[in-house]
Amino acid sequence: MSRLLVCPPDYFKIEYEINPWMRRSNAVNSDEAIRQWHHLMQVLEQDVGAILERMKPVPGLPDLVFTANAGIVAGGKAVPSRFRYVERQKEEVYFADWFRAQGYEVVTLDPGSFFEGAGDLLGFPDIWFGGYRQRSDIRVYSTLSDWFHREIIPLELVDNRFYHLDTCLCPLSGGDLLYFPPAFDRYGQEVLAERIAPARRLVPPEAEALRFACNAVCVGKHLVLPAGCPETAFLLASRGYLPHPVPLDEFMKSGGSAKCLTLALD
Amino acid sequence: MLHDQETVLLQGHIIDSLILAKVLDTILMMGGTFDLQDMQIGKTREEPSRARVMVQASSAKLLSEILHAIQPHGASVENERDCRLAAAPAEGIFPEEFYATTHLPTQVRVRDQWVEVEGIEMDLGILVYPVRLTARTVPMGEVKQGDQVVIGREGVRVIPLQRPRNRDVFSFMESQVSSERPHGRVIGDIAKRLVQLRIGFREGKAGNKVLLAGGPAIVHAGGREALAWLIDEEFIHVLFCGNALPAHDMEVDLYGTSLGYGHAAGRVVPHGHEHHLRTINRIRAIGSFEAAVKSGVIKTGIMAACVRRGVQVVMAGTIRDDGPLPGVITDSLEAQAAMREAIPGIGMALLVASTLHAVATGNLLPATIPSVCVDVNPAVPTKLADRGSFQAVGLVMDAASFLRELARELAGCSTMRER
Repeated sequence: MSRLLVCPPDYFKIEYEINPWMRRSNAVNSDEAIRQWHHLMQVLEQDVGAILERMKPVPGLPDLVFTANAGIVAGGKAVPSRFRYVERQKEEVYFADWFRAQGYEVVTLDPGSFFEGAGDLLGFPDIWFGGYRQRSDIRVYSTLSDWFHREIIPLELVDNRFYHLDTCLCPLSGGDLLYFPPAFDRYGQEVLAERIAPARRLVPPEAEALRFACNAVCVGKHLVLPAGCPETAFLLASRGYLPHPVPLDEFMKSGGSAKCLTLALD
Repeated sequence: MLHDQETVLLQGHIIDSLILAKVLDTILMMGGTFDLQDMQIGKTREEPSRARVMVQASSAKLLSEILHAIQPHGASVENERDCRLAAAPAEGIFPEEFYATTHLPTQVRVRDQWVEVEGIEMDLGILVYPVRLTARTVPMGEVKQGDQVVIGREGVRVIPLQRPRNRDVFSFMESQVSSERPHGRVIGDIAKRLVQLRIGFREGKAGNKVLLAGGPAIVHAGGREALAWLIDEEFIHVLFCGNALPAHDMEVDLYGTSLGYGHAAGRVVPHGHEHHLRTINRIRAIGSFEAAVKSGVIKTGIMAACVRRGVQVVMAGTIRDDGPLPGVITDSLEAQAAMREAIPGIGMALLVASTLHAVATGNLLPATIPSVCVDVNPAVPTKLADRGSFQAVGLVMDAASFLRELARELAGCSTMRER
């Protein structure tokens, strides 16, 4: 059974601009955001069958809602994030406290290193991929690989619209990979092509990639993805997945979607 | 060519992720080069790999740009320590454990920065001025009490020579000397370099001077006219010699003999052995070989050409010298210092027919300067080649044949190039 960490969007708004999607002038409709978030929760709990762990929102921390960036959790061990931007660094302590309260072994990276949790580190059971250059620093992956005993393949993110790895790459339960190749340089594209058989590489059209089609939550055969990505949904259905489109455009104003709003726990 | 360099470390899953390939490609694409110094590949998929890469670039600016570009991919500059310094305990004495230089470009780390050691030459110490952030070589005899001298090997790095870009004999010599090697090709390549250097010299560019260190065998064997021609044509700009080369050169002018042997007569002439003494005496009476040439007493030959062309001459004496000629430096440390002073600006060295001057000059030259050693005795070029430089060429041949062939080659080369 999948357990996901989520945080209600009580204080979600755009208070600063730290990625190309964020515009303070593009105000969030809070009521709509809350409605969309609850709809997402409903789909995750009822349609997908996930167990949700809710964190307490904190005033003044609008992005706490994006729990994918809380850290990375595996094997009872949690490594909280070290955010690149000072605006989000204040979240670190809340995520770390939550992990501790839940009984995880919390291991922390050196201050001054940058690592933005499951937003940049995701993968298959035996191989993880680590996005770097935009937010996380490549150097943390050699430490994390040691702590989690996993092979971590660093992938450079070359388009700042895809500033976290989970905005352009989504490993699926059946060993397939939903990803948008132009977000990576030719080395990254080559590595992924080398590792994943052609039939298992699912590529959304650009327009849908820019609607964060890859920012999807995969639980078993279920795939929760932002609404407005019909071709991606069709592609996934043709590979035997069950797509659940959910409107999340209020969160897209901040550069986040379904996956950003959840953190896989164990 | 001097290269700036820095060692970087890369670790993690750098092979399968193509991160190492990307870093190495980036270095090359930006115009740098690299040397993969150490590579440990993880034995399992989970185990990380580790690479130690020396990055080299033609300038400090390019090196810093390359480092800036590869650091985001995880290349971290290896932590280096400053070099260790100790004060010289007394005048002319290095501190114990002093670092002895090689003839290769060398840098020392001072206050976290790599500083180029100036005046590189083998078998010297390194003097560091920590406040000014400069370093230079210092001979044992010249060190002053309290001078800050590098000790140990920490924070000192020697930069291996890059293979020269020119595709000539200097670029692929394997430090061996053979008398069975065809000389024509080697002399042809030397001639091409001399033509290039003369162009640079005439344009007033630094590092384009040619040094010739030679012995009296040049005169005895009949290479005098060829060398005088080379000097007159501005192919030679600095001359290192002893007492004998100028003495016998001027003896030819005054008496038509060298060491009593009549050049035209082709035999030893009566009382000919006195000629060089009479020559030396004459020049001593005049005051200098320069004055002798300017006053018209000496009209032809090597020294006359030197005076006409303003070639810098350093004459270093030995214990068997007659006279000596005025201007011959009889204190060997003073002579060494005078030769050392003439080295900056040299772009090539020809060491011809003198064991003593060839070895002394070879010791003063940095490995970056292409040098040619010509001697009938294979031991001399071999000794020079053993210094382990890409750019030392040894030729086992007679001095006169070498100079004549070189002059002939240049007469063809230079007229062709400059037409």
